[in-house]
Amino acid sequence: MITSMNGSPLSGKPLLELRDVSKTFMKDGAEFRVLEKVNLSINEGEFVCILGPTGCGKSVTLQIVAGLLEQSSGSVILDGKEESGPGPHKGMVFQEYALLPWRSVVENVELGLELKGIGKKERRKIAEEQLELVGLKGSESRMVHEISGGMRQRAAIARALANRPKILLMDEPFEALDALTKEEMQIQILKAWEKTRTTIFFVTHDVDEAIFLSDKLCVMDINPGRVKKIITNTLPRPRHELVCRTDREFGAIRDQIIQLYSSLKDEELDLVF
Amino acid sequence: MAKQNDTRQKNSTGLMALVADRSFYVLGVILFMIVWQIAASLKLFGADFSEAFSPLAAILALIEMIKNGELLHHALPSLRRVLVSLSLAVVVALPIGVLVGYFRRIEQLTYVVFQFMRMISPLAWMPIAIIIFGVGDVSVVFLLWLVAIWPLILNTSHGAGRVSPLWVNMAKTMGALDMGILRKVIIPAAVPDMLTGLRLAVGVSWIILVPAEMLGVSDGLGYFILDTRDRFRYDQLMATIMVIGMIGYLLDSANRWLISKFSWKI
Repeated sequence: MITSMNGSPLSGKPLLELRDVSKTFMKDGAEFRVLEKVNLSINEGEFVCILGPTGCGKSVTLQIVAGLLEQSSGSVILDGKEESGPGPHKGMVFQEYALLPWRSVVENVELGLELKGIGKKERRKIAEEQLELVGLKGSESRMVHEISGGMRQRAAIARALANRPKILLMDEPFEALDALTKEEMQIQILKAWEKTRTTIFFVTHDVDEAIFLSDKLCVMDINPGRVKKIITNTLPRPRHELVCRTDREFGAIRDQIIQLYSSLKDEELDLVF
Repeated sequence: MAKQNDTRQKNSTGLMALVADRSFYVLGVILFMIVWQIAASLKLFGADFSEAFSPLAAILALIEMIKNGELLHHALPSLRRVLVSLSLAVVVALPIGVLVGYFRRIEQLTYVVFQFMRMISPLAWMPIAIIIFGVGDVSVVFLLWLVAIWPLILNTSHGAGRVSPLWVNMAKTMGALDMGILRKVIIPAAVPDMLTGLRLAVGVSWIILVPAEMLGVSDGLGYFILDTRDRFRYDQLMATIMVIGMIGYLLDSANRWLISKFSWKI
C-alpha cells in the first residue's frame, strides 16, 4: 500500500470538500454570479486539476479554498473541519511568484518558518531540503532579481512546501513561463509530488497540462462558473517517463474535453490545446 | 598572449575613460571657483567688500578657522543638533508613516492635518518654541525635528501604502497576521521610501539649521554667520557658507550611499 509522508494510508478519504460553494460579486450595482454551487472532493494525495476558460471562476474557487476570498454561500471542508481564512496548512503558489525581492532565495523559503517562530538553524535546514527537492540546490543565496522565471517559481513552490501544508494550491503557476520552461516545470512538480505525496489542487486553462498532471480533472463551464464534468484520468504514472502527449489515451481525454466545450463560441474558448 | 594584452589594454583604457568622465565633476567645481574669483576681482560685490568675498580670501579664512579650532567649535554643535533632531524624528515618524500607509482609516484621519502641517515653515513656530522650551538648544532641536518629520512620515506612508497586494496575500497564506504582515512585508518593502524620506529630511534640516541657530544659541554655524557679520569678518562669513555647503553635500552623499546599499531591486 502506498503511504503518505505522515504515514497514513492513501485510502481515498476526502481531504478537501467543496459543498455548494457559490460566489457573487457586485459589479456596477448589479449582482454578478461567478460561481454556482460548486461541488468537488479531493482525496488525500490526489493531484486534481481544475480546467476552464477565462471567466469560469476557477481562480476564484482556488482563492476561496485558500481563504483569500470568502464564498457567498456553501462551505469548504478540509480534513473534516470547516475552513475560513488563509493559513500555512494551505500552501499557495501564485502565477506571479510573489517572492520578496529584498530576500535571497533561501530567505524567501524560510518566511513561513520564521512566522511560525522556528529557530534559525532548523529553518535553514528545512529550507535547503525544500530547495533541493525543487532542483534549486546551489542557488540559495542568490537574489530574486538574479534568477529566471522558472527558478522563481521553483523557489515559490519550495516556500509553500516548507510549511508542510495539507494541500498545495497552485493558481496557473506556469502561465508566465516560456513553453520549454513550462514543460520542465510540469515534470518538476510531478517529481516533487511523487516524493512528498502532498495533495495538489491545480488551476490551469492549458488542457494538455491538466491531462499530463492530474489524477482527476474538474472541467468548468462559464456563465455562471460551475462544474461541467469531473473526469478521472487513468494515464499511467510516473508520467514523466511513461506518458507522451501524442499517445492515443492522452488524445482520447483531450477529445472528450473538446466535446464538452463544443457548445462554446470560438471567442469564449481561450483554452490552450 | 596578444589577447591577454588586449584585455589589459581595454581595462586600462576603461579606467582612463572613467577617470576622464569623473573629472568633469571636479572641473565644474574649479570653473565655479574661477567665475567667483573673477566676479570678486571685478568688484561685482561692491568696492568695499569684493576683496573679502573672494574664494581666495574665504579659503585662507577657512584654513585659519581650522587651525584655531573655531570651525570645530561651531560645526560640532550644529551636527549634534541635526543628528539629535533627526534621530527623534525617525523614531516618531517611521512608525506613524507605516501605520498611515497600511491602515486606510488612519490615512484618512491624518491626511488633511499632515498635508496642512507640512506646508508651514518651522520658523513660524519659533515664538511658540521659545515660549515652551525657552531660548537655547531645545528650541533649535524642536524646530529641526518639526521640519524633519514630514518628509519621513509622507515617504514612509507612501512606501507602505503601495506594497503589492500580492505580497500581502502571499504572507497571509504563509500564516502571517497583521503584525507579521507589517514586520515581514510592509516595513521591509518601505525601506527604500524611508531612506528617500531620510534624505529629504536631512536636506531640509540642514537648510533650516542656519536660521534656527540664529535664535539665541551661542555656538553653531548659524550663530557664527551672525558673529562674523558683527565682527566685519566677511572672509570668515564666506568660509562658513562654504563649510555649510560642504557638510550638507557630505550628509547627502552619505544618504545616497545608504539608499544604494539598502534599496532592493525587482
